Amino acid sequence: MRRLTHIQELEAESIQIIREVAAEFQKPVMLYSIGKDSQVMLHLARKAFHPAPIPFPLLHVDTTWKFREMIAFRDAYVKDHGLQLIVHTNHKAVAQGINPFDTTSQKYTWAMKTQALLEVLAERGFDAALGGARRDEERSRAKERVFSFRDKNGVWDPKNQRPELWSLYNARVDRGENMRVFPLSNWTELDVWNYVHTEKLPVVPLYFAAERPVVERDGNLIMVDDERMRLKPGERPVMKRVRFRTLGCYPLSGAIESSAKSVREIIDEMTASRASERQGRMIDHDEDASMELKKREGYF
Amino acid sequence: MELLRLAVVGSVDDGKSTLIGRLLYETGSLFEDQIASVKKASKQNGCDLDFSLFTDGLKAEREQAITIDVAYRYFGTDKRRFIIVDTPGHVQYTRNMATGASRADAAVVLVDARYGLQQQTRRHAYLLRLLGIDRLAVAINKMDLVGFERARYESIKRDFETFSAPLKFARIDFFPISASGGDNVCAPSPNTPWSESGTILQYLERVAPGSGADSAPLRFPVQTVLRPHLDYRGFAGQLVAGSLKPGDDVLVLPAGRKARVKAIDTFEGELPQAAAPQSVTVRLTEEVDVSRGDVLVSTAEPATVARELEATLVWLSDVPLQVGKPYLVKHGARTTPAKVTALHGRVDLETLNEVPAQGLSANDIGRVSVECSRPLVVDAYTRVRATGAFIVIDPLSNATVAAGMVTRAVKASGDAGVVTADERCTRLGHRGAVLKVLDVQAAERLERRLFDAGIVAAVAGTAEIAAALEKAGVVALLPDGTAANHDLESLIASLR
Repeated sequence: MRRLTHIQELEAESIQIIREVAAEFQKPVMLYSIGKDSQVMLHLARKAFHPAPIPFPLLHVDTTWKFREMIAFRDAYVKDHGLQLIVHTNHKAVAQGINPFDTTSQKYTWAMKTQALLEVLAERGFDAALGGARRDEERSRAKERVFSFRDKNGVWDPKNQRPELWSLYNARVDRGENMRVFPLSNWTELDVWNYVHTEKLPVVPLYFAAERPVVERDGNLIMVDDERMRLKPGERPVMKRVRFRTLGCYPLSGAIESSAKSVREIIDEMTASRASERQGRMIDHDEDASMELKKREGYF
Repeated sequence: MELLRLAVVGSVDDGKSTLIGRLLYETGSLFEDQIASVKKASKQNGCDLDFSLFTDGLKAEREQAITIDVAYRYFGTDKRRFIIVDTPGHVQYTRNMATGASRADAAVVLVDARYGLQQQTRRHAYLLRLLGIDRLAVAINKMDLVGFERARYESIKRDFETFSAPLKFARIDFFPISASGGDNVCAPSPNTPWSESGTILQYLERVAPGSGADSAPLRFPVQTVLRPHLDYRGFAGQLVAGSLKPGDDVLVLPAGRKARVKAIDTFEGELPQAAAPQSVTVRLTEEVDVSRGDVLVSTAEPATVARELEATLVWLSDVPLQVGKPYLVKHGARTTPAKVTALHGRVDLETLNEVPAQGLSANDIGRVSVECSRPLVVDAYTRVRATGAFIVIDPLSNATVAAGMVTRAVKASGDAGVVTADERCTRLGHRGAVLKVLDVQAAERLERRLFDAGIVAAVAGTAEIAAALEKAGVVALLPDGTAANHDLESLIASLR
């Protein structure tokens, strides 16, 4: 028999991981960020349990600053596929006036993402959360385990991770502790797009190039997605043909100028491109080793 | 395109990170902003482009300039995709090397040309072999610092061949390289016209991938049972060895029941055939009781069902092994309480010989006997990696304390055949029996007293049911009008 292609082998590995989570934990949940990686992970979960439904709910941590198109896509996709979705927002932080303009990006991320996530995991008693992070995204992610243990405070200690041998994952947690599980650990950005292409997965249209109103700020192209966008003196939105490589909160997501209008064209562009996808993520550039610091605090 | 998982190992300062950085850089797997950020950091350390910085991820280790944990790197050429496991060479991190090697198809070992074979080199080669890697590339690095001298290279090569002969690698290839200069990494070096080895990258593109798992006998550990509705019962799992097609007879272990494959289901539809390492869902023609942790195996070459194992342990925890202490063993999709009943010896990592051992502590390798509460479906690790491997977990701290490789399965309970009365008796702690009593009320009272004493008893409606229960090892209570007065103590004694 022919050997599997590398994508088929990655798919088989991810399905094994997702099934292991469903079998080993009392109350798992799948983080759904609406991005391409989430889309692939969700598709793999459907494959893992077919013809049975996915045996855990999806969780979206909504900062209230996501692109409108993301929310519309989320609601339509969840409805079409009969999926169970939990949306959680750190309303206390919103009430305190935390927002992407006045707050430093570290504090904003901590309150709206990290804190919000820890809050809902504890509130609902989830003991495992599947996430779509990949090891190729960022240097500190390269050392992340597939099953990543978090203590009672949600803290990741990179020096005290469980050794992970073969495909034998130690899924044991005590009350209040939880596991973050990354079934796409071994996928690269290119693998994800190739998979989106071959499996014909729908993704948020923001990934494709279109004329969009943007302002240039600190070297990034920021889309003016709604009336809440605060323009600095002299800033005026201009229409540019842009697309996004990663999606998050619109005031913090840098677009790239591109004419790629299909998945095929994105793959072609990526093969030729020499910039990493996190370049447009303003929150990663706060300081050197910033991702590691955020992860230690409990960021996904 | 195929996937190759590759472990890269070496002692501290052998240039491992530099080699990996070089492979990533020259295959165009790095992005411009990554290169720019490394250039910035390199300047701070006083050089133009420090290749090792591409892989050194965590803040603490960038400050210490050593790799402190297993890191994964991804690159590809038009022939293959590679996952590199960058494993630390520092002595206290042997556990990380075992981690990296456990999944690897092939391995590159680095040797510093200036210093030749180090104690660590021997240890790493031994560990790689122990974890099932049988083809090795030895990169003799920093050749630029010994003037690309052929005699130096040949002498290290001879030393390595001599020392590694007893380890019985199927094949070892040697390469004279300079990772920092790029010699023989991705491009042939003009500095080594005498070398016929080619480049490391050429080797990686041609080395036979995989552990041969798809040609091994069928092993399919069931991860979960899918029951979307009453008419569907599918056993979901990943084929860890061998292949499967509809119509195949399989054995369900540890129960030892025969069954036939009805269909292999996937999201895309039924498959005419599946092979390792595919994840699929299997339906069987018979209504056989199968649950998580059971393994479907080849009838021609079944695995061994055993509660007692002989194994090699790589101890991973800072808390030493305690013989007799309750641990958990996770093997395939089954987790069972287990004890290490005996420690037979420890591998002296200086001589690689077995020596008597008082205990095992972090980074020690020992030969042990393990007794599991539930039977496991195992193979020798050298035969089938996936069914020969297990991890040991401390049930109190939840830490993964050891990695185990089965060398021999002892006292096969049931030996994959029908379950015997002896086995039932061992499991339940008593034999089956039929006890005649006056009526249902009397039966229920007696059942309660037996139950509380740890005896599995049940009220039987008819003599046939009672006989079946007795055969199943249960104490059947048959109300048939017999006025019997059972003395509990002597009754229990007679059942044990």
